[in-house]
Amino acid sequence: MSAARTTYREAVRAAIRAALLDDERVFLMGEDVGSYGGCFGVSKGLLEEFGPERIRDTPLSESGFTGAGIGAALGGMRPIVEIMTVNFSLLALDQIVNSAATIRHMSDGQFSVPLVIRMATGAGRQLAAQHSHSLESFYAHVPGIRVVAPATLEDARGMLPAALADPDPVVIFEHTSLYNLEGELAEDAGAVDLDRAAIRRPGRDVTLVTHGGSLAKTLAAAATLAEEGIEAEVIDLRSLRPLDDATIIASVSRTRRAVMVDEGWRTMSLAAELVTRIVEQAFYELDAPLARVCTAEVPIPYPAHLEQAALPSADKIVAAARRLTGG
Amino acid sequence: MADFLMPSLGADMDEGTLVQWEVAPGDTVRRGQVVAVVETAKGAIDVEIFRDGVVEELLVEPGTTVPVGQPIARLRECGEAEPTPGPAPAPATATAEPDTARVRASPAARRQAEALGIDLEALAGSGPDGAITLEDVGRAGSARESMAEAVAPAPAKPAAPGRPVDIRGAIAAAMSRAKREIPHYYLGHWVDLSPANEWLADWNASHPVAERLLPAVLMLRAVALAAARFPDFNGFWRDGKFVAGDGVHVGTAISLRRGGLVAPALKNADRHSLPELMDAFRDLVGRARAGRLTGSELLGGTITVSSLGEQGVEEVYPVIYPPQVAIVGFGTPVERPWVVGGRIEPRWLVRATLAADHRVSDGRRGALFLEAVTGLLQEPETL
Repeated sequence: MSAARTTYREAVRAAIRAALLDDERVFLMGEDVGSYGGCFGVSKGLLEEFGPERIRDTPLSESGFTGAGIGAALGGMRPIVEIMTVNFSLLALDQIVNSAATIRHMSDGQFSVPLVIRMATGAGRQLAAQHSHSLESFYAHVPGIRVVAPATLEDARGMLPAALADPDPVVIFEHTSLYNLEGELAEDAGAVDLDRAAIRRPGRDVTLVTHGGSLAKTLAAAATLAEEGIEAEVIDLRSLRPLDDATIIASVSRTRRAVMVDEGWRTMSLAAELVTRIVEQAFYELDAPLARVCTAEVPIPYPAHLEQAALPSADKIVAAARRLTGG
Repeated sequence: MADFLMPSLGADMDEGTLVQWEVAPGDTVRRGQVVAVVETAKGAIDVEIFRDGVVEELLVEPGTTVPVGQPIARLRECGEAEPTPGPAPAPATATAEPDTARVRASPAARRQAEALGIDLEALAGSGPDGAITLEDVGRAGSARESMAEAVAPAPAKPAAPGRPVDIRGAIAAAMSRAKREIPHYYLGHWVDLSPANEWLADWNASHPVAERLLPAVLMLRAVALAAARFPDFNGFWRDGKFVAGDGVHVGTAISLRRGGLVAPALKNADRHSLPELMDAFRDLVGRARAGRLTGSELLGGTITVSSLGEQGVEEVYPVIYPPQVAIVGFGTPVERPWVVGGRIEPRWLVRATLAADHRVSDGRRGALFLEAVTGLLQEPETL
């Protein structure tokens, strides 16, 4: 089957469009998703094609429209709720944590919430501290929801249909730096699995564990390390909850060294959880301390040079990996 | 009122000579203040007092030698007097040893070392902060991995920058540790080799070439027998204390043709006859140079012998191979004028030296041990 040149943004749009065509219960709802075409341009053209019943602009009330989405899901619909950034999603946290994540449990399985929430995350576009944070770990902390982070075109296209097929709530994190990512995507690309981490580059000397917007930096670091004779294995987590322990532990058991690359802050982070799991399950396989490359513990700065200085970079990843391999 | 006693300034001190008082009657003294200088076998040492008070009376004149524990001054205490004066505790200054830090090794390296029976203390670390890695253990320990791989970097895996894979790096780490941690003391003694040479000439004349003995084997055997008699030179310093070796396994320093040296052990050298030892020695040298030693041979020594052979200098001051506690050196035998029975005669002599760990033994014990080694070489028929 042939492949076409496309972008991450277009891949997400194609996924939404296919879902709307496939299943009349699906609709998209969020701030500026209709007339404006989405604040990152993801839903451009969909209002014209599907009409305001299925592409619904909402008031600026994350709690309100997320709650409406939960209600619609309980009522048999398959809503896709878009929240502009994870920063704003904190206003909907009550609905997500106290309602979406709990209803199956509290109703003893009588009701489920087949809701998909998409939100942008991450820094790098000079959107300042209230639009740039990476709070994936807030959601990955909560039982009752699934959390995924597509980092490739295939996953941008394939995670949404898989999430819609899940009977329980799924949160999809789309890193803002990825929307312009270009590449080839098979024309018949469709649903992908949501459970397994992917090894994006095999290596034997050190494992670099990352996800979402940090994947490209991590692959760049691995290329630099290879020039120095250090073969890094790069794992793209894909699923942040549940974590694919088997893939991570198997990799670290081979390489015996690992660096977590996480755009979240270090303290109480996804990176911290990964370190703990590796130590719990593979302590005796380790041949060096574990390391983390995370964002500096500051609100993301606005000036470009300070923003870049705060974020994980390929150089920082290379330095961390080099240290673990005795270099 | 409290007595201030002659303190013990070391486990082997039983008396001390008061050199000088630093305080006079009526002086107020504070805990930790130096009050006197005491001469011991180790030199003059400042003696601190361990409680506050006022000096009431000095009981000993400078120049007097008194046993440990005898009161040398009387102290009036500030405020309420304690009912019973406690004995002065031994001052920490003379006897305190620095805490021995735990060896830095990765979890994987520890597990592998345990599985192979390898002593991590003897290894050099190439990991972060000098930690011992799995690769370091594999290199040192497994019989499957030969010494040749240690000498030449394994071709299968290109080394990352900064990873020492050569034997030089291993020696550097072990010797740095020895000189950093082990307080060496050195003794030397001339040995008349004539009896040994004559005995050896007789033996070799009456045996086929394959069964002939080298002088080096007599020296190894003499050290092994002496070490069995003096167990405090045969074993290891571990976790802050001496642990005697289980058996006398004499490491013998063998230089490798590609540079560097190894010191594989002759197991139970005190319990094998000279011909057996000669066979084992020949086998060990051959395999060391071919790069086929086992981990237990490489790391199993309980004491080491460094013999210069025919390399031309008279004396070697060897460095102890950690965690061992002693090493015996033999220089190149030389023919020298020597007084025998009141007459000067040309004789073949060898200089025997001992480097030993002062945490475990003292010069006097060392002298007895080295004398035992040289004495055995005077009676080669007993070897």
